[in-house]
Amino acid sequence: MGDIPKYLSDAGTRAALLDMLLDHVYLSLVPLVVSVVLAIVLGLLCHRFRQVNATLIALSNVVYTIPSLALFAIIPAVIGTQVLDPFNVILALTVYTTALLVRPVAEALAAVPAHVTAAATAMGFRPLRRFLTVELPLSVPVLAAGVRVGSVSNISLVSVGALIGTGGLGTLFTDGFRQRYLAPIIVGIVLTLVLALVVDLLLVLLRNRLTPWVRAGGAP
Amino acid sequence: MIEFRDVTKRFDDGTTAVNGLDLVVEAGTITVFVGPSGCGKTTSLRMVNRMIDPSSGTVLVDGNDVLGVDPPTLRRGIGYVIQQAGLFPHRTVLDNVATVPLLIGWTRRKARQRAAELLELVGLPAELGHRYPVQLSGGQQQRVGVARALAADPPVLLMDEPFSAVDPVVREGLQDELLRLQAELDKTIVFVTHDIDEAIRIGDKVAVMRTGGFLAQYSPPAELLTRPADDFVASFVGKDRGYRSLSFVDSSGVEVAEVPTVVEGVAVESSSDWRLVVDAEKRPQGWVAPDASVLPGGSLYEVGASIRGALDAALSSPSGLGVAVHDDGRLAGVVTARQVLDVIESRRG
Repeated sequence: MGDIPKYLSDAGTRAALLDMLLDHVYLSLVPLVVSVVLAIVLGLLCHRFRQVNATLIALSNVVYTIPSLALFAIIPAVIGTQVLDPFNVILALTVYTTALLVRPVAEALAAVPAHVTAAATAMGFRPLRRFLTVELPLSVPVLAAGVRVGSVSNISLVSVGALIGTGGLGTLFTDGFRQRYLAPIIVGIVLTLVLALVVDLLLVLLRNRLTPWVRAGGAP
Repeated sequence: MIEFRDVTKRFDDGTTAVNGLDLVVEAGTITVFVGPSGCGKTTSLRMVNRMIDPSSGTVLVDGNDVLGVDPPTLRRGIGYVIQQAGLFPHRTVLDNVATVPLLIGWTRRKARQRAAELLELVGLPAELGHRYPVQLSGGQQQRVGVARALAADPPVLLMDEPFSAVDPVVREGLQDELLRLQAELDKTIVFVTHDIDEAIRIGDKVAVMRTGGFLAQYSPPAELLTRPADDFVASFVGKDRGYRSLSFVDSSGVEVAEVPTVVEGVAVESSSDWRLVVDAEKRPQGWVAPDASVLPGGSLYEVGASIRGALDAALSSPSGLGVAVHDDGRLAGVVTARQVLDVIESRRG
């Protein structure tokens, strides 16, 4: 443990850590944002078309069973990218997170009370506006729960990407194991944890900001 | 004015919800569609704002075929109140009410100002405007629903079982409120309910519909009670319709007589007469029997109100004398059931 201050005392190491942290944030959050958008579109399709629903839910279950390391390795073969291209990780995590979010989005849309959507239609909302201003906002609590799981899952999966050399905090683990040096491993664990907690906290704050009505429920 | 011309609606599963409906809803009136489930009352209502389109026939609003208007545009000009209010849970009461004004392009400031006026109009305190629907009682939510429907001042208001999810006492209050608003606003209202008493209470005209989408009778409520078109209407209207029809007869022909009174709190002795107890402002408080025992009074009726009230006052009074009051609650006089019945008899001719 005494190694850690020594390890951190080096300015070059600290700069490298910051780079890794930023890489990690980039590699885990870009897929998160992209998959939220994708899952909303796919969830809407599931909600509107029963057949799409059955197919997409089945597909997303299958996708989620593919081991991440395998997916990182397969993607370059399928789409022709370089093995070390960080895009592989971004694409793989986007696929996972979308698969994770489609079902809750579809369920949240289905849970919007029929009398609320009927009232919106009867007041003259066009379908797109109704979706964006009534159905989607009402789905945020469920969507947010899925996004929180997705963010933690992504942050941990990015570390696996280090095994195929795509950067991020996982590099600390591969380096530490290779050099049989504990300090970077511990620093890597702590930074990953802190990152996951901070992102989760930000997501909770964002959700609360988007859903003030949920906490109004208690006091009549 | 809303006009249904030979309107039929057949759904894909083969059921006929509305069958050759011909009906005119006069401007500035409340028309109630009433009937058992499956009679097509809600389907008929929804064909007015194109939530459903007819299979054949024409629906006209102010002379224009609704099929000629793009549905969202049409709907923004027609108020709609739905069962359970259908308020947006994620918007404050004020923003709920401001919905249609914002849809038709008002500024947020102007829409909110209008919404605040409407909350006042439907009798809700301004501070409720900043709450969310979940923080309101069922009756309050329903009022917000009415305010929201009225926000852009549409000439036509469609109400789909708006009060059926609230308890009977609240419902009666909401009905009174609707009648008060209507006296002020003069909208063309189509109101759907399965509750015949509600229909009779609020309708200028009532359309009784029967399963299969047929119009059984379309007439003013008094006529529904006194002259039902057939057995279906008679049984749907229900028991005591003779008595209930008295609600539509005014009591102006019933002369009130004087009655001995005693002021509340003053000692009384036995006497051959029943004496009415009044307070210092001459408001009836109960009766003193000939043996000097004090009894609570029966129902009171206001002079000139329905004759049903006069008859009930006489029947419910321990002395057999129904007590009439002025609109400020002061004693006007008393009537007997015999007198009331004589007036009813004499009007029959």
